[in-house]
Amino acid sequence: MTERPFARRLMTGLVPAVPYLWLGVFFLVPFLIVLKISLSDPAVAQPPYKPVFDWSDIAGFFSGLDFENFELLTQDDLYLRATLSSVRIAAISTVLLLLVGFPIAYGMARAPERYRSLLVALVILPFWTSFLIRIYAWVAILKPEGLLTQALMGLGLITEPLDILNTETAVYIGIVYAYLPFMVLPLYATLEKMDDTLLEAALDLGSPPWRSFWTITVPLAMPGIVAGSLLCFIPAVGEFVIPDLLGGSETLMIGRQLWSEFFSNRDWPLASAVAILLLIILVVPIVIYRDVEARRVEARP
Amino acid sequence: MNRRLSLFNVTSLVIGFAFLYLPILLLVIYSFNASRLVTVWGGFSTQWYGALFRNQALMEAAWVTLRIALLSATLATILGTLAALALTRYGRFPGRTLFTGMVYAPMVMPEVITGLSLLLFFVAVDLDRGFWTITLAHTTLTMCFVTVVVQSRLMTFDRSLEEAAMDLGAPPLRTFFSVTLPLIAPSIVAGFLLALTLSMDDLVIASFNAGPGATTLPIKIYSQVRLGLSPEVNAASTILIGIVTLGVIAATLLSKRSAMRKAH
Repeated sequence: MTERPFARRLMTGLVPAVPYLWLGVFFLVPFLIVLKISLSDPAVAQPPYKPVFDWSDIAGFFSGLDFENFELLTQDDLYLRATLSSVRIAAISTVLLLLVGFPIAYGMARAPERYRSLLVALVILPFWTSFLIRIYAWVAILKPEGLLTQALMGLGLITEPLDILNTETAVYIGIVYAYLPFMVLPLYATLEKMDDTLLEAALDLGSPPWRSFWTITVPLAMPGIVAGSLLCFIPAVGEFVIPDLLGGSETLMIGRQLWSEFFSNRDWPLASAVAILLLIILVVPIVIYRDVEARRVEARP
Repeated sequence: MNRRLSLFNVTSLVIGFAFLYLPILLLVIYSFNASRLVTVWGGFSTQWYGALFRNQALMEAAWVTLRIALLSATLATILGTLAALALTRYGRFPGRTLFTGMVYAPMVMPEVITGLSLLLFFVAVDLDRGFWTITLAHTTLTMCFVTVVVQSRLMTFDRSLEEAAMDLGAPPLRTFFSVTLPLIAPSIVAGFLLALTLSMDDLVIASFNAGPGATTLPIKIYSQVRLGLSPEVNAASTILIGIVTLGVIAATLLSKRSAMRKAH
C-alpha cells in the first residue's frame, strides 16, 4: 500500500473503528461498571447504589472498593448451593442432550443426500419460533391435569396424574427441548463429513457394530461432541426462563438467583456480585469454546 | 456416497422430530379451543383470536416489539457487516484480540449478565429506561450474530473477483458496492433476519432494560404465563409461529430460486 489520500484512509479506518467503538461502549464499559458496582455498598436511593465514578477522587475510588458482597456470597450458602445446582443441572442436561441428539444427527447424516438440507431446515425451524413460547408449550403438557397425564391415562399406562411440572425433571425436559438444535447441528456437521469406508473396513475386518461405533464414529465426531456440549452447557448454567417456568420454587439456579436479587430484593450490588460469580464459573468453558471455535474456523477449507 | 438408513436411523429421526414438533403443534391446536381451560378440549373456536386483537396492552406491546426489532436489526446488520469486514480483511490491527473477544463474548455470555450490565451502564450515563435502551441492548447483542454469519460468507469468498475489479480501475468503494456487497448480500439478509427474530424473542435482556414507556411482547407474555395458562397467549403464539413459518418458507424459496438462477 503506497500513499493514499487522507480521506480514503479515514474511510477504511472507519470500518473496524465503528463496530469496535460500539462494542467498547456497550459491552466492555458496562461490564467494568458491573465489576465496580459489585464492589460497592448498597444504598437506599435511586439508583440503589453509591456513585460509580468520581474522577476528582481517584484515591477515594480505590479505598471505596470493598468485598462485602463477595463475602456475603461465601457466607450465605444459598449462593454456593445455587452455583453447584446450576452446574449439576447444566451438566446432566448436556449428557441428556448428547444421548438424544446423537441418534438424530446420525440419522440425518445417513439420510439420502437430497433430504439432508430439508432435515437441517426442520431442525432449525423450531429455533426460529420464540424460546418463551416453546417453554410455555411444555407447561400445558406437564401440568398434573395436562396433556401428558391425559395421554398416558388414556392409554392405561398410569392411574394417577403425573406430577412433573415444578420439578427438576421438568427443567431437564425444557433444556433438552430448547437446546436440541445447538447439539444436533454441530454433531451433524462432523458426522456428515465422516468417511464411510472406515466403517466398511472395520466391518470387513470383523469388528462388531458397537465396537466400530466406539473406536471410529465417536472419535471422529469428537469436535462436534465438544462444540455441541459447550454450546449447550454454557448457556444452561445461566438459564433463567426454563427453571422459572418449569422448575418451581425448589429448583435453585444461579441465573434465577441473580434475577430475584435484582428484581425482588432490589439489591443491585449483590446482583452484580452474583453476575461476576457466574462469569467466573463460565470463564473456563468460554475459553475452551473460543479455542474449539477458532480451530474449527481454521480447519475450514 | 452410498448410504442406507437403518431401522434405527429412521426410528430416531421420527421420534426426534416428533419431540421437536409435537409441543408446538399442540399449542396451535389448543389455540382454537372453545374452552377457557387450556388443557380441556371444548370444541373448535376462534374466539381467543378475537380476544387477542381486542387486548390493547398486548397489541401495543407487539407494536413496540416490532419497532425495536426492525430498528435494532438494521443497526446490527450495518455494525455486524463492518465488524465482519474488519475481521476478515484487515489482518492484524491494533487490539484485534480484544475485538474478537468482544464479538464472541456476548453470544456465549448468559443473558442475565448482559442484561444487568447494560442496565447498570444506562443508569450510570443517566439514560431513561425504555424504547431506546432496549434497542441499544438488542443492537449490541445481535450485531455479534450478524458478524459471525457474514464473516463465514466472506471467508469462502473468491477474492480474485475484487482484484479483477480493482485491476480494471474501480476504486475500493466502488468495488465494494458493485462486487463485494452483491456477493455477500444473502448472508447480510440472513444476518438481518436472525437479528430480527432474536430481538423479537428476547425476554431477559429486554426485561432488564424496559421502562414504564416500553414493554415488549415477550415481557407481556411472560407476565401472563406466570399468572397461569391463558388461551389468548396460545393465540398470540400461534400467530408468531405462523409468521416465522411463512418467513422461513419464503426465505427457502428465494434461496432456491437464486441457486437455480446461478445454475443456468
